[in-house]
Amino acid sequence: MKELMIILLSSVFVNNYVLSRFLGICPFLGVSKKLGPAVGMGISVTAVMLLASAVTWPIQRLLLDRLGLGYLQTVLFILVIAALVQMLELMLARFSPALHRSLGVYLPLITTNCAVLGVAINNINDGFTFVQSIVSALGCGLGFLLAMVLFAGLRSRIDESEIPRPFRGLAATLIAASFISLAFMGFAGIVDKLFA
Amino acid sequence: MTKIFIAVGIVFVVALVLGAALCVLDRFFSVPEDERKKKVRDCLPGINCGACGYKGCDDYAAALAAGEAAPNLCIPGGEDVAASVAAVLGVENTAKPLDMVAFVHCNGVCDAVTQKAVYDGIDTCRAASQLYGGPSACRFGCLGCGDCAAACPMDAICVQDGIARVDTRLCVGCGMCVATCPKGIISIIPQETQVANYCSSKDKGAVARAACKNACIGCKKCEKVCPTGAITVADNLATVDAGKCTGCGACAASCPTGCLKMVYFPDLVEE
Repeated sequence: MKELMIILLSSVFVNNYVLSRFLGICPFLGVSKKLGPAVGMGISVTAVMLLASAVTWPIQRLLLDRLGLGYLQTVLFILVIAALVQMLELMLARFSPALHRSLGVYLPLITTNCAVLGVAINNINDGFTFVQSIVSALGCGLGFLLAMVLFAGLRSRIDESEIPRPFRGLAATLIAASFISLAFMGFAGIVDKLFA
Repeated sequence: MTKIFIAVGIVFVVALVLGAALCVLDRFFSVPEDERKKKVRDCLPGINCGACGYKGCDDYAAALAAGEAAPNLCIPGGEDVAASVAAVLGVENTAKPLDMVAFVHCNGVCDAVTQKAVYDGIDTCRAASQLYGGPSACRFGCLGCGDCAAACPMDAICVQDGIARVDTRLCVGCGMCVATCPKGIISIIPQETQVANYCSSKDKGAVARAACKNACIGCKKCEKVCPTGAITVADNLATVDAGKCTGCGACAASCPTGCLKMVYFPDLVEE
């Protein structure tokens, strides 16, 4: 249990996918203008990460490892994740149109999101068990959500402040992102001490 | 060699299984989309500007398919879209929308207008206008903070020399800027318009003139010279009736401040 907590917290704070591994920057910059869409995107990514980890772990361990075909990992994972997201979208449209309308636009965006693929591959590389990889995926998703929410709040402040002309727009946004990233470096080394 | 075949086989089988699963799911679970809505949606421009009064092109298409909306509401699409939508729906295309563009009724460039204060607050027109009507001495004119430019879905507006300018090659006439402008000086006019008043000032001549060199002073010269009676001056401001205007240019030649001008769209904005 302690180990699972460490995995969860470290993937939310220390190894935050956006802010310290720099994966999934595209939706991080693209959908963080307003809080509502940012939360929607964060939840979608969390759901897809969970689903992807649950499916890719057995594929790696039961199929690829046994046949010695580890190098097919990337190809197969992308294939599986893309198909999964499409299935998820279909099911959502059928059974929960309201949820589909709020998440629907983001789902196609994350079919080939590198953060989702990154979670799936890192779970394997870190040698996690099935339960551990699910927990890690949950943590990574929540970390992504946290980063999106923080950044959406920050951006709404940036939009209202006077910024020197050359820095307006993307430049100020990127600088702000780097500051959040720096701030998250402060979490490094904290988590394993928490439970020591 | 066999290893390669195994690898290829696995990828092939996985892809096949996933593809088949998607097919099955699509077959049994997909929500049947209204054929007509899809066809109508394909006719619309898809920029989601909201000029039709619906949330976006999808919403408008749904309303059209349900028979709740007229086919000619799409301003960016204009006549062509109205005609094709009407054809798809099999209804009569009643009114013909004109090719409309946004027009900023202000000529108060930096050299012309005097400033009554230096504004150092939030850089939006709405905020600036709430502080004593903005820093400009003219209480009607453009503030030049670019709220309209930010609202424009086509990036057709930019602030140049202190006033907003519309690039009519990009403008689709959706009217987002009209709704945004706190001064209400933008209007949507037909692209065929030949003469327009570039000023919105309803102040008396002397006041207007003191605030801005290019202001309309309501002198009524244009009203007198216009051969077709297309110009009327009310509230110290000349307005042109586009229906009566022949584009002879007599008014523009007589205007002492140069606020009444022949409209020449393509030269408005250079990059």
